[in-house]
Amino acid sequence: MKKMLTLLGLTASLAVASQASAVTLSFACDSVGSGYDECRKGADAWAKKTGNTVNVLQVPKETDQRLALYQQQLGAKASDVDVYMVDVVWPGLISQHLLDLKGLIPAAQMKDYFPSMVENNTVNGKLIAVPWFTDAGVLYYRTDLMKKYGYKAPPKTWAELQTMAAKIQAGEKKTNSKFVGFVFQGKNYEGLTCDALEWINSFGGGSIVEPDGKITINNPRAAAALKTISGFVGTISPAAVTTYGEEEARQIWQAGNSAFMRNWPYAYDAGQAAGSPIKGKIGVAALPAGPGGKPSATLGGWQLAVNAYSKHPKEAASLVAYLTAKEEQKRRAIQASYNPTMPALYKDKDVLKAVPFFGSLYDVFINAVARPATVTGLKYNQVSDAFATAVYSVLTKKATPEAALKNAETQISRAKGRGW
Amino acid sequence: MTTTPNPPPVSPPPASKTVSGQRVRGLAESRARVAMWMMLPMLIVLLLVAGYPLFRTIYLSFFEYNINSAAPPKFVGLENYWFTNEEGVGLGILQTPEWWQSVWNTSKFTIFSVLLETVLGLVFALVINSKIRGRGLLRTAILVPWAIPTVVSAQVWNWMYNDSYGILSQWGQKLGMLQPGQSFLSNPDTALTALVAVDVWKTAPFMALLLLAGLQSIPSDMYEAADVDGASPVRQFFSLTLPLLTPALLVALIFRTLDALRVFDMPYIVKGNAPETMTMSIYARQQMINNAEFGFGSAISVLIFLIIMIFTVIYVTSLRVKFD
Repeated sequence: MKKMLTLLGLTASLAVASQASAVTLSFACDSVGSGYDECRKGADAWAKKTGNTVNVLQVPKETDQRLALYQQQLGAKASDVDVYMVDVVWPGLISQHLLDLKGLIPAAQMKDYFPSMVENNTVNGKLIAVPWFTDAGVLYYRTDLMKKYGYKAPPKTWAELQTMAAKIQAGEKKTNSKFVGFVFQGKNYEGLTCDALEWINSFGGGSIVEPDGKITINNPRAAAALKTISGFVGTISPAAVTTYGEEEARQIWQAGNSAFMRNWPYAYDAGQAAGSPIKGKIGVAALPAGPGGKPSATLGGWQLAVNAYSKHPKEAASLVAYLTAKEEQKRRAIQASYNPTMPALYKDKDVLKAVPFFGSLYDVFINAVARPATVTGLKYNQVSDAFATAVYSVLTKKATPEAALKNAETQISRAKGRGW
Repeated sequence: MTTTPNPPPVSPPPASKTVSGQRVRGLAESRARVAMWMMLPMLIVLLLVAGYPLFRTIYLSFFEYNINSAAPPKFVGLENYWFTNEEGVGLGILQTPEWWQSVWNTSKFTIFSVLLETVLGLVFALVINSKIRGRGLLRTAILVPWAIPTVVSAQVWNWMYNDSYGILSQWGQKLGMLQPGQSFLSNPDTALTALVAVDVWKTAPFMALLLLAGLQSIPSDMYEAADVDGASPVRQFFSLTLPLLTPALLVALIFRTLDALRVFDMPYIVKGNAPETMTMSIYARQQMINNAEFGFGSAISVLIFLIIMIFTVIYVTSLRVKFD
């Protein structure tokens, strides 16, 4: 009798499984650079393999805009989106709305990732997201212009960058009035937090809020860093750099109108695309260091997560497992220069051939400095916002570095309130 | 005291032939009753769609409530408005410099945009109202900026302001008002002015339309009489047109002031969260949506509501004075 019941149950569950095969998933993925197309390719491959359908949604370009949108959807427990692409600083913010993927991703696959990234995505013992690609700020430079102006190596310090950019800008401006020395992300948003953390950290000025919860942003080294960079605005960088996000900076760079750019690795593939005016003239190096400091890159990166309120959690997890697996990561690394989240792929010959700097900058990617998202938890956004606003006021010459950092300190302790 | 109360004196039943006034009053009463019943669905809908969010916002403003947090909303009284912690850091909105900055930005934006729109709108209205050729076409053409959705026109202006390919920045750079690589938006001192320009471009036509309606309600024989009396056009404008246009002008002013005080979309699309152009509504959105702080954000919304209410009360009372 018992056996028969088990058998019956098994048949029933098999029937249900086969019936529920063809579902339509919604995937809120990427929109920066070739992000949307690459998401589409990966999702389509999975859909073809499993017989399901994936709707890849158009999402806002900037990470804080995406977060604002997703927070509203998740706060309302909406099931409209099944799979989300999640920024490295979000787990502390939205973890309670995401499905625990433990057991849904093959255990063997989980062993392939960088342990620190898996740890970042594990909140209260729940694996809320799987690392998809990692990111770190890098310095892009024009190899042809370096040669033309007699430079053999990219700048090692911010001061060097300033001299080189000024010289190249002065020379190129004679034939191209739009030419500038250095572009970065200076708009008041999350991207500025990333850029400014790199400057401050490279000057030895800490990381805004230290892992023990202490607010350290108001220090002389941080002030010195802001002073140096704000000197770029209006000289080697256009004054309007304070209105640029990633894509605005990349457009200027890719049009051949800038000698240097700070951006994420995705800009490499975009610049090397057929028809790009700077194809074959792109060099990538670690960002410059401050006096007495060492080069510093902000850790970025995106994960894939399943909405806890999704109606098709199994299929969604299968899509996540497929996209984050080694083959798809390798394809994305080769075709679109997305940094893999598996150490093995940084030694892969095909990857290194397509994106040589993945090998030479391996240490940069691995030792990138994290934004203070873990320690500040639910209040990360307030902290980042206060910091970016302070830096912005220095870049727009509305405040001195000292006054702005003092203000940021007050703001961050205000966000801290009764504790992190 | 145990006597049974006398039955009240029975009043004589109303005679069928009452005075006409009584019958009219009865009719008015029953009409009012019917009107009340017919209003009721609308009142209920209004209570649901306008009243509920309003009261919920006021209610939430007394709570500490982060939508990402699993913790339930915690009652904190007025702490979202005013609270100083043990370290002497002011945590309430009224102690936050960003809030006051946004109030100041919004005030500047409102004063300048409404002032310019009113003057320009009046000029437009006078032009269209005069008997010139092709004024039908003019009337339609002038409404185009108003007809374009704000999101679209804001983005178009954003591109026109762009430092490397925007036409306005190119003009500014050619005229020497801007350094190369600079735009009216990137300079914090001119950013708000640049936004006022966008708003004036978009809304002056609307103002013109409202004022045109007012102009057309002025009987033309008054002007004929003024002509006969030999009043100059300038005199006619100040002694005739302007006083008669005042009610329309005040209504238009209320509309625009209240709109400008809660402006969100255009400045947000063009400048995002930049502090020099952050309006009260953008600040509320930042706290509520970006930072997921529903309690704190609600408290900001309540303050915006109060500010707008004060303005409405001032306007409405001043209007009454004018009408009576």
